[in-house]
Amino acid sequence: MQKNNTRILHAALALRDGSVWHGKGFGATGKITGEVVFNTGMMGYTQSVTDPSYTGQILAQTYPLIGNYGVSRQEFESDGPKIQGYAIYELCRGPSHYTSTMDVDTWLKSGGIPGIEGIDTRELTKVLRNEGTMLGALEVSENPIDVSEILNAAKTAEDPNERNLVTEVSINRPVTYPGKGKRIVIIDCGMKAGISQSLLLRGASVTRVPAEYSTKKIMDLSPDGIFISNGPGDPKMAIKTIKTVSDLIEYKLPVMGICLGNQIIGLSLGCDTYKLKFGHRGQNHPVMEKSTGKCYITSQNHGFTISPESVKDKDVDISFVNVNDGTVEGIEHKKLPVFGVQYHPEARPGPVDTGYLFDKFMKMVERSK
Amino acid sequence: MSADKSVRKVLIIGSGGIRIGQAAEFDYSGSQALKALKEEGIETVLVNPNVATIQTSHDLADKVYMEPITLEFMEKIIKKERPDGILLGFGGQTALNMGVKLYEEGVLRKYGVRVLGTPVESIMRSEDRERFKEAVEKAGGDVAQSISCNSIDESRKAATEIGYPIMVRPAYILGGLGSGIAWNENELEQVVKKGLEHSMINQVLIEKYLHHWKEVEYEVMRDKDDNCITVCCMENFDPMGVHTGDSIVVAPSQTLSDTEYHYLRKVSINVIRELGIVGECNIQFALNPNKLEHCIIEVNARLSRSSALASKATGYPLAYVAAKLSVGYTLPQVSNKITQVTSTCFEPALDYIVVKVPRWEARKFPGVDPNLGSQMKAIGEVMAIGRNFEEVIQKAIRMLEIGREVTEDSPVFEDTEKIKEELKSPTDQRLFAVADAFRMGMTVDEIHDISGIDRWFLYKIKNITDMHEKLNKVRFSDDGFKDELVEAKKIGFSDNKIAECMGVAPERVRTLRKHYGILPVVKQIDTLAAEYPAKTNYLYMTYNGSFDDIDFSEKGEMLVIGAGPIRIGSSVEFDWCTMNCVWELKKKGYTTVVANCNPETVSTDYDMSDKLYFEELSLERMMDIIDKEKPLGAIVSVGGQTSNNLAYSLSKRGVTLFGTTGRDIDSAEDRHKFSSMLDRLSIAQPEWDSFTTMKGVKSFVEKIGYPVIIRPSYVLSGSAMKVARNESELKEYLSGAVSLSRDYPVVVSKFITGAKEVEVDGVGDGRNAFIGAVMEHIEPAGVHSGDASMVIPPVSISEGVKERIYDYTEKISRELGIKGPFNIQYMVKGERIYVIECNLRASRSMPYTSKSAGINLIKTATRCMTGEPLPRGLVTNHLKTYSVKFPMFSWARFKGIDPKLGVEMVSTGEIACMGTTFEEALIKSMIATESGFRIGGNVLLNNVGRGVAEKLKKAGFNVMTEYDGTKPDVLIDAGDDSEIRRELATLGVPIFTQMSLIEAFADALLKKPKMEARELKEYWRLSGMEREYKIAKIENGTVIDHLPSNKAYEVLEVLGVRKGYPNSIVSMVTNLPSSRLGVKDVLKIEGKILSPEEMKKVAEIAPDSTVCIIKDFEVSRKVNLSKD
Repeated sequence: MQKNNTRILHAALALRDGSVWHGKGFGATGKITGEVVFNTGMMGYTQSVTDPSYTGQILAQTYPLIGNYGVSRQEFESDGPKIQGYAIYELCRGPSHYTSTMDVDTWLKSGGIPGIEGIDTRELTKVLRNEGTMLGALEVSENPIDVSEILNAAKTAEDPNERNLVTEVSINRPVTYPGKGKRIVIIDCGMKAGISQSLLLRGASVTRVPAEYSTKKIMDLSPDGIFISNGPGDPKMAIKTIKTVSDLIEYKLPVMGICLGNQIIGLSLGCDTYKLKFGHRGQNHPVMEKSTGKCYITSQNHGFTISPESVKDKDVDISFVNVNDGTVEGIEHKKLPVFGVQYHPEARPGPVDTGYLFDKFMKMVERSK
Repeated sequence: MSADKSVRKVLIIGSGGIRIGQAAEFDYSGSQALKALKEEGIETVLVNPNVATIQTSHDLADKVYMEPITLEFMEKIIKKERPDGILLGFGGQTALNMGVKLYEEGVLRKYGVRVLGTPVESIMRSEDRERFKEAVEKAGGDVAQSISCNSIDESRKAATEIGYPIMVRPAYILGGLGSGIAWNENELEQVVKKGLEHSMINQVLIEKYLHHWKEVEYEVMRDKDDNCITVCCMENFDPMGVHTGDSIVVAPSQTLSDTEYHYLRKVSINVIRELGIVGECNIQFALNPNKLEHCIIEVNARLSRSSALASKATGYPLAYVAAKLSVGYTLPQVSNKITQVTSTCFEPALDYIVVKVPRWEARKFPGVDPNLGSQMKAIGEVMAIGRNFEEVIQKAIRMLEIGREVTEDSPVFEDTEKIKEELKSPTDQRLFAVADAFRMGMTVDEIHDISGIDRWFLYKIKNITDMHEKLNKVRFSDDGFKDELVEAKKIGFSDNKIAECMGVAPERVRTLRKHYGILPVVKQIDTLAAEYPAKTNYLYMTYNGSFDDIDFSEKGEMLVIGAGPIRIGSSVEFDWCTMNCVWELKKKGYTTVVANCNPETVSTDYDMSDKLYFEELSLERMMDIIDKEKPLGAIVSVGGQTSNNLAYSLSKRGVTLFGTTGRDIDSAEDRHKFSSMLDRLSIAQPEWDSFTTMKGVKSFVEKIGYPVIIRPSYVLSGSAMKVARNESELKEYLSGAVSLSRDYPVVVSKFITGAKEVEVDGVGDGRNAFIGAVMEHIEPAGVHSGDASMVIPPVSISEGVKERIYDYTEKISRELGIKGPFNIQYMVKGERIYVIECNLRASRSMPYTSKSAGINLIKTATRCMTGEPLPRGLVTNHLKTYSVKFPMFSWARFKGIDPKLGVEMVSTGEIACMGTTFEEALIKSMIATESGFRIGGNVLLNNVGRGVAEKLKKAGFNVMTEYDGTKPDVLIDAGDDSEIRRELATLGVPIFTQMSLIEAFADALLKKPKMEARELKEYWRLSGMEREYKIAKIENGTVIDHLPSNKAYEVLEVLGVRKGYPNSIVSMVTNLPSSRLGVKDVLKIEGKILSPEEMKKVAEIAPDSTVCIIKDFEVSRKVNLSKD
């Protein structure tokens, strides 16, 4: 339904470069800080907003019309909104879809997420593209925004990448999703629901464990394969998880990782990671599989990636590269059944073209015993 | 890896003449393909008789064959050219069908021509209903099935197979009588029983009922390595039931969730893989709005209207990339031209929304069924770009130039009952019905339930009507008006509309807006939503943003205003004019800025001009662009009526217009001023006058006698122009369609019967005029010049008349100071010549005259408009070949129309073919219309004299004079009104109503001319032309060297010849730079050796001259007149 007489909220987004973007507020009132990033996907806002990898980030959407098909729980990637703040051009007040149960405004308000609309998101994207992702502050208020205050908040904002965000979004105790097939343990670094569902769909029995679950406890679950999920922040902060994965690889267990999981595999094998200028966030990124030369359109959401130089002297091959900028999009162990991809084969949002990687992993699991 | 090196020469089939369903989009896709292959150094051979296209030029193709697209001619061309490969996907269904035919007939195998890109096998699979269904199902897709049944039992079985609800349609029945919907088996029995009764062959079609399902299209690409991408997803505003060509379409999709989008995307990729397409295809889906379920309606294994739209919507050049893929490249190997650093293996991310709205013409014709259904009726379309739906739909409706905006205070529909009817069975007015519905208090849910239009769209339209009502309430001087103004501009309101609500002049709104700083910003389309910088200037304007993407520091811009949507009377020819003007301006060093809004065209291809504003061609927007760009000036004379209409307003606002000045345009367009000018020049025109009362009309008509032509200055409905042959017709017309009042005078002129119409296309440089070619209409005067068949050079008018037409043309041009392109229409009866019309702008026939005569009139005109004199050495070619232009009609799409040609234009396109004889050109062009007119076919004659019947019999036709219900191949019917004609028109039978044309055709056939396929340049060569400008290409003749230009006329006079006569020996007087012959200023007297007396006369006038005798292009002798 279309809401009339919506409340008028003031809102401003301040960036560390000193710019202030004034707009209209929606969602929750309040002031937050975070890393401002942009996503170029034209739909899939529900999945993005609920993706734990966006923890600590203010998400800007380049597509100007957000909320058109409302909000449906079927499209959640976690239990609720995970972004820090939302920056868009126009919020839909009259969404229309048979699966929708509420509009984005109501949803974010109940989730405590502040949002700003009416800012020139294309210009914001150009700033981030040229200057790199930046820390910023977003305030939504019933009163006019104090510009100097919000600017100050942006300048003094804490960098979320200096914390181990993984532990903040991981589960506290293991959860099992029973299935008939092989047992896969997912190390939850901020897992998207699409990952466990992709494995369950292929008949696996899945146990999801906290990010800092010990090697021993994991081995006690007698896993047939290990899966390291996506997650937020700088992978190097997840020291314990890196160590655990390194140990698990020693057991010669099949291991697959996605996004942050890929980076953790890389780090555990001795490779290095670095932060990209403005990251890859969208659903149209082409990657090339080096072994076949084939290209796939992928869904991506990462600010960090594996350094190609650091791979050279390791037992690791670069399996995928980004067609546009040549960055590493996947690695594979030369001898062991271990691989990871930087992008999201589970899709949600985005193209489903690389779902075959889950089949590949399940085959590895079948073969390893 | 690189492109296939074995492909050195490629044949491309074009789409032929423009008709409803196949328009300028194939000029665009073909041009893209030609460009892509040219970059590879591949020689290109194009076959397309559509003379108005841009692709049929040597700027794009190496070889151009304007010949019929038939098996016979294609084989001739293939035999002659021996190409390595052939492209079938760039010329619409015409090219695809011809390709399959060439393959099936073994022509391709015989000459070793490879089909590049999508294999024929894949095309055939996508076209054959059964095999298509099999392929789709194998790929995991669902097909909208249709099973024909002859009994209730069969129907029951079929329905169970397909699943309820079921649509039952009787086979072979007009008007949809007896159709029905069954939700269960009981209902099915009843509906089928009724359906079987209604069907002429006792058969019903059992189909899945996709009532109010969403319609969605994907543009999908695949390369030889099986890399697949979907470039664009477009969603129809109109639910299933309205042909996608008639639907309002948005991109990207707006109401599909991520789940739905990728569900369909996956099916799309599976289908393109299964079909084995290499290149591009379009997949149309029906999507259940209430559950995750789809049906594939159609797959087009070729570039399409939708792919052209998708290319413009996303900035991803589908045809260009498809052409690259067809010569062996893979997607990652082709670079994205916009960013120049990324590859084409990606899926564009848009950060804006586009909407396409079709343009219809059905209402132009009284009695034509305006309902939209499964057969496309729109003739053209516009696309608007912006950052919310309200903004783009408002822009788009203005782009249509139909004199209405989305919301108007005067409703289209009287009451909610009429609105409901419209929403249930939509016509071209349904959008206005939605707006009217809101104004009359209907709700979103009510409208949705009746129309099936998604609520999302309806909310947006409601936002527009709500704002309109709000604007009606506020006052211009109100304090809070600034906020309203900002809001109104953001959702697409024009200054005009706002001013109308306020009751002030639009200029005041603009001034206030500028005062408040409420200005649109310029944004770039970059395919990647700003993730990578764009290197091209593909631009649009929006109020939904705060920053311009580009800076305006560059200088030397020239704005060229394009032609807007295709409609009857303004088609691809004006795009040809626009582009040729742009190319010439570029050559002259101007930074070209094009404004246009037609997604089908070449001029809206982002790398054709330096900057492209994909924008509405309104005065407001043109001024916005001019305010930003501050160009040197604008050219308004190449985009047809649309751009010409802006001339006065732009020049009033201080914009420099290049070309003929506004004042002179006024002299030509103001009938009174023009008349007195003709009187001054002693040039005749048919008697005319304008009237505001019936009494005035009557007394004038009594004086001049019937028949008369009446042109209203204001049209209420129906046709604009009419011939009245008696008083009752006159009365009927003036009381019906036309209002006669002080404000709206009508012009009445004498209609001269039995006259010939002759037209001249030319260029003026302000002083002199150059005549490009003279065209003679084959039909007698009275047929609209856009519908007439024409021949260059004229075949039936006397030399004397031709001379005088040349003379008149020059006089008029000089008197008006024409600086740029012009067209003058004459009527010739015996030796009498009347001027009917003079247009100081590019005419519809410019590409035809240019290509026939081998001289590009628009390029020449562009030089004149920017201040250059007519090029030295420009001569009117005395053609030895013939070129016949023929109109294309789309009768079948105008159900209920009487296809009698008259003063109102009805054709949708044209083709032209050339020949060494008039007969060859005529027959070829008639074949090239693809009308199905074949020698030996069945011709039905009605209201036709016996003489013609005999001639046609002799020419090999099977002539019938009684209509027994069997469909003839052709109908010839010269009667005033005819039921048979209306009926057969609906069935798509080609119809001829003009006896003169049929007689010419029959005569031509009886002469049995030799029919050849020749490259365009070959015709020019046969006409004695080597190049476009035939400078010093004098085979044999006399050249007078160092002739002072001021003596030229005198010399000619003495020699008894005057400039510009067709077939005369003198073809030019200007000083001709002729370095090749070693002479500087020459008077060329082609094909004539001066006699000693003549020499003496010349010596008296111009004693310093030298006369050179030319033989075989060389100077054989030089004589100095003063010495020898």
